[in-house]
Amino acid sequence: MVNLWPDYPWGGPATIAFGAYSRHGGTRGTLVAPAQGQAVELDNIWKRFPGVIANAGASLRVKHGSVHAVLGENGAGKTTLMNVLAGVYRPDEGTLKLHGEDQSFAAPADAIAAGVGMVHQEFRLVPTFSVTENVVLGAAPRVLNRSALEDQVAALAERFGLATDPRREVWQLSMGERQRVEILKALWRDARVLILDEPTAVLTPVEAEELGRITAAMAADGRSIIFISHKLDEVTAFCDEATVLRGGETVAGNLAVSDLDAGRLGELMVGEATAVSQRRVRTTQPGASALDVTELRVVDLHGRHIVDGVSLSIASGEVLGIAGIAGNGQRPLADALAGLIPSTGSVQSGIHDLSSASPNERHRRGLSYVPEDRIGVGLAPRLSVADNAIMRTYRTDAQGLLIDQDKSVAHAKDLVERFNVKIADLHSPIAGLSGGNLQRLLVGREVDGNPTVLIAAQPTRGLDVQGVAAIQRVLLEQAEAGVAILLISEDLDELLALSDRLAVMHEGKIVAEFDPDKTTRGDVGVAMTGAVHAEGASA
Amino acid sequence: MNEQTLIGLVIAIIEFGTLLYLAALGELIAEKAGVLNLGVEGMMAFGGMAAFWAGVETGNPWIALVVAAIAGTALAAVHAVISVVLGADQVVSGLALTILGLAMAAFLGKDLVSKPVGTQFRELDLGPLSDIPWIGETLFSMSALSWLALALGVATWFVFTRTSTGLALRAVGESAATADAAGLPVVRTRVIAVMIGGALAGMSGAYLTLLLAPGWSEGTTAGRGWIAVALVIFGAWRPGRVLIGALLFGGLIALEPRLQTFGVEISPILLSMLPYLLTIGVLILLSIRSRNRPSAAPAAIGQTWRREER
Repeated sequence: MVNLWPDYPWGGPATIAFGAYSRHGGTRGTLVAPAQGQAVELDNIWKRFPGVIANAGASLRVKHGSVHAVLGENGAGKTTLMNVLAGVYRPDEGTLKLHGEDQSFAAPADAIAAGVGMVHQEFRLVPTFSVTENVVLGAAPRVLNRSALEDQVAALAERFGLATDPRREVWQLSMGERQRVEILKALWRDARVLILDEPTAVLTPVEAEELGRITAAMAADGRSIIFISHKLDEVTAFCDEATVLRGGETVAGNLAVSDLDAGRLGELMVGEATAVSQRRVRTTQPGASALDVTELRVVDLHGRHIVDGVSLSIASGEVLGIAGIAGNGQRPLADALAGLIPSTGSVQSGIHDLSSASPNERHRRGLSYVPEDRIGVGLAPRLSVADNAIMRTYRTDAQGLLIDQDKSVAHAKDLVERFNVKIADLHSPIAGLSGGNLQRLLVGREVDGNPTVLIAAQPTRGLDVQGVAAIQRVLLEQAEAGVAILLISEDLDELLALSDRLAVMHEGKIVAEFDPDKTTRGDVGVAMTGAVHAEGASA
Repeated sequence: MNEQTLIGLVIAIIEFGTLLYLAALGELIAEKAGVLNLGVEGMMAFGGMAAFWAGVETGNPWIALVVAAIAGTALAAVHAVISVVLGADQVVSGLALTILGLAMAAFLGKDLVSKPVGTQFRELDLGPLSDIPWIGETLFSMSALSWLALALGVATWFVFTRTSTGLALRAVGESAATADAAGLPVVRTRVIAVMIGGALAGMSGAYLTLLLAPGWSEGTTAGRGWIAVALVIFGAWRPGRVLIGALLFGGLIALEPRLQTFGVEISPILLSMLPYLLTIGVLILLSIRSRNRPSAAPAAIGQTWRREER
């Protein structure tokens, strides 16, 4: 076999993988953390993109064997700084030291060779590859023994409690499961410095706690963990130190987390007091039933019932929350209700039978959808703000075959203003917008035109504090205005605060239903694991 | 129809099949790495001309084969630099490559047109095996190049499915950003894959001018390179299926001049359309099968990759 990659930085894939075998085999003596000192020293990092300064002199120092939080709102420059550390971006200015030695990464391969592993917020996975293939990619033995590799990946997954089937292809997995594959990838390479970019954004509370244990164990093992988050409670629970970024700069470095309260960290992050979590206060009573779903089933390509006979009904003005561990059918449920994937069973909205209606017809009958994938499903990244804004209305606002430009621009302007989307230009692509602004635009578009039913899948995931508050406010306003809302979320606090009723999905079924006022996180969490049909359940 | 005609047909199927398979395998490797190379026809012609020239000069078919592979590689390198390194549109660059290759072959090969054949590949004599009726006269009488094509097909399958090299190559073709994040050299992988594809297209050209239709004349490739491109789609980017497709399409080409002998009244023009019609049919089948599943095509095909794009 010809060696196509003569100068792999680590001397060829086989080397690292065979090294990995022994390390994962249980003999961990080779990994001794240097007693003290800095694992990571990033100084005065500048990184400019066209029209944006992502890092303006940011610094970060991470001690050996610690869990270090990097805090900041969306757009604070966290991800860019981490991409610099992971070799994805080259900084315009600044220095990088690892374990006291100067480093200059020309490519991610250099960073990997230096022991830096990154779990990206946007998953870097090959959808058509199996879990195992994705995990070992770039760090595989020269000749692949599939079953042996699958066993090793399964063993590694089990050791860290990252339940996953190593044989399944990634495109079949939910976001939460894909996250686990990403973490496995870094663990497979035995990263000494592990960057987790908002790792809990796609995890349930139970999984997040598990992750906390994993990071602690890895730190005890001599690894240094960089934990990017804007969830303050996680930072105080999981991390030793924190660095806060704002506007691309470091506003506070190496804060001892034990000395800090959440309020102080929040202030540093946003420069003002954090928004108070809002809670549903009912001023109106639920009206007539607006959405009735009976025995909805979705079958995947392997014949598995990923939505397995779900029946639910939501009255107008009511919020039905759906909780569940990622990958238990929430996503196909939402997609099936929106008409994006085929399903059997009955979907009724008022007098309209939508069971076999197209997505467009469903929307015309008043069913709006905020999908889990904002970019791709919800919005088209390369189209302009204006084009994205009129996606639901351009057909009705048309002048014959032509789009009515004046009307569409006016409509887009209206949405942008009403929902406080911060943009530079209506006609530039939305790809440059932050997550919060994208979501404001998407949610605004979907609630515009007075829907009767709104399906919101993970509407606040990955947003900063203000973004979360803004989206939650819109949802509550819509409920008050009589919209029936199906809220699918992995943030249990959000579900408990916003829902009138809270249903739990497990393995495609609704296994329990709770009154959010009369239940606790613990009870819901138990039901999410599918352990028992929790008491008080009345699904 | 007598036995000898039938054996002649099988031999012709194997020969055209080899021609198509070598070129299609090369295109498959490039496409698996995410680079569409529409220059196959040009690389084939250029390689064929180079092989014929080297055959005339040296009299050694194996040297001629190597020269053809180098010629194909050199032409493919142009495409690799333009589309992978510089990031130009792969379709435009590939089409230009076909035009360039055909023109260069015609220009440089002007003096070769009347030349007698310097050397050519012969049937491989496998001794007693070749004496087996039927199989001996067909399968065990094929040239070493047919065996080589088969071996390369198996090797490609093995590399794709059983080695880290293949995993890396496929990852680059499915998602360059993912491969990059995994520390794989995206640009280098693509450049090498395109160049290997060029070498195979060049060898396919050598097979044409040193065995199938010994001699050199402008237009000798007659669109076979395009069939090879279609074949990759027909074979759903799998070496094994592409082999079946190569024999099927090769069979259609082999049938063309023989139809009259068999007394079948089908227009040969209709027959030469069939590979493309079949390819369209397969595309339709593939898309029906994959409503939810990602398509069989490498996801990043045709996409330029640059790291700092944001």
